[in-house]
Amino acid sequence: MYAQMIKSTGEGVKSLDEMEPQERAFQERINAGGKIEPKDWMPDGYRKNLIRQIGQHAHSEIVGQLPEGNWITRAPTLERKAILLAKVQDEAGHGLYLYCAAETLGVTRDQLTRDLLSGKMKYSSIFNYPTLTWADMGAVGWLVDGAAIMNQVPLQRTSYGPYARAMVRICKEESFHQRQGYDIMMKMAKGTKAQKKMAQDALNRFWGPALMMFGPSDENSVHSAQSMAWKIKMNSNDELRQKFVDECVPQAEYLGLTVPDPDLKWNEERGHYDFTQPDWDEFFDVLRGNGPCNKERLAARNKAWDDGAWVRDGLMAHAAKKRAAKLAAE
Amino acid sequence: MSDNLFEFLCRMGDNTLVLGHRVSEWCGHAPVLEEDIALANTALDLIGQTTLWLDLAGEVEGAGRDADKLAFHRDVWGFRNLLLVEQPNGDFGQTMMRQFLFDAWHLSQLNALMDSSNTQIAAIAEKSAKEVTYHLERATETVIGLGDGTEESHNRMQAALDKLWPYVGEMFTLDDVDAAMVDAGIAPDPASLRPAYDALLDDVFAAATLTKPQDDFGHQGGKSGKRHSEHLGHMLAQMQWLQRAYPDATW
Repeated sequence: MYAQMIKSTGEGVKSLDEMEPQERAFQERINAGGKIEPKDWMPDGYRKNLIRQIGQHAHSEIVGQLPEGNWITRAPTLERKAILLAKVQDEAGHGLYLYCAAETLGVTRDQLTRDLLSGKMKYSSIFNYPTLTWADMGAVGWLVDGAAIMNQVPLQRTSYGPYARAMVRICKEESFHQRQGYDIMMKMAKGTKAQKKMAQDALNRFWGPALMMFGPSDENSVHSAQSMAWKIKMNSNDELRQKFVDECVPQAEYLGLTVPDPDLKWNEERGHYDFTQPDWDEFFDVLRGNGPCNKERLAARNKAWDDGAWVRDGLMAHAAKKRAAKLAAE
Repeated sequence: MSDNLFEFLCRMGDNTLVLGHRVSEWCGHAPVLEEDIALANTALDLIGQTTLWLDLAGEVEGAGRDADKLAFHRDVWGFRNLLLVEQPNGDFGQTMMRQFLFDAWHLSQLNALMDSSNTQIAAIAEKSAKEVTYHLERATETVIGLGDGTEESHNRMQAALDKLWPYVGEMFTLDDVDAAMVDAGIAPDPASLRPAYDALLDDVFAAATLTKPQDDFGHQGGKSGKRHSEHLGHMLAQMQWLQRAYPDATW
């Protein structure tokens, strides 16, 4: 779940009868489980919404390199270092597929990048939290990638073809990421006293922010209703959050760790765990730029972009010279 | 003989370890997404090669040390990497120039090691050479592209070359360890790799419009471990902190 609080037209969902023939054909195709492809007609709102959603997802992959990159140079073994490098490389790759998917909607990667760097476009709130110990690499893989998978698996069936296809590839890699995260947690939780303490501390710090990744309840949101009608959002935020909690609690028990929620308990009647909502005030603070690492994350991305300007310019200039030389030779 | 072989394997493994670490420092900070991916990929290859070299070194030593023990529990004086690879990343141009200067040597070293009398070394060299062929290709293209790009990129690449050139000579010097390797048919005489190296550099620098420095002075002390730069200690402080802070832990 790397896209949060995506706003759609806000006009509410039209019925088929209210639509012009073109839009009705579009909606009927979606209803029948068909895919929309880049050259097909689509409502402006659908296009804009998708650009925001895919763009935010791509940005999250890019910014998401930073909290994990923070530990690559301090990984405890050569194997862990290699796995973490491979994972972060995958994330940059996901960013690349997603930017490509967004480009099919008529926006450029440079434009999206500028909007990220200026703060106009957001990335997932989760990446504004710091990674403080090696156990955080476990918690990020287990909980953060785990939460992402909850949302991304259904998105493999999303209505927009390029997005759905990117998601198929991404999901395969994300499930490897989650497994490696859980594997780190297993080692830590079964390790020395200090390691177990690190593991519990990481769970304590990441549990709430992971629950926030699904966004606030959207049962009554017109934005969500429209996105669901367009099949660019497949489940409500609460549904996904519940599914996530139901899956994580037994995993935490297996690790011998305690989920930091005193009111967490199995509800026989509902067939789900009852749990405490995360601190939504904190969530909105993070969204407003006041998370523990918002400024560092954006500053790091801006610095990388600014410091890299001469490289991009240099390579472009060289490519132009080569093209000119080739033309002159023809 | 086994002492010399251990030293030689540490040289190979420490080069890839230290350079892999340096390259991994870029993660998330590269000039463009494709470069982030390529840098991570290069670092990943180098760390993988490190495991092969240092595991074999540990085996040859026979003191129960594996690659992790060697990587994370030796101090500066125990490291046998070239001074070139421990140099800080600097800007992207410096990183890629360092990569190019190293890769050009590394590939010809690996190609020669594929004929090693030691079959384990030949096997590692063969696997590594496939990866390093790509590293060299990419580094070459980047050095040419930025050397022959804008005025700024050209100046930065020339500055990077001037700065790193004094660390090139060390790759081609022969010492007792190398001599023992040559005698045993394990590794080539370092000096024998120089003519092809110079020829490649001449071609690439001509295309990149860069000027090779005239002074062939070369700093020594990395591969012998006698005098590393101050940079290595700081790198190890970061790289080895966790293992040393929690020596009883397995990860």
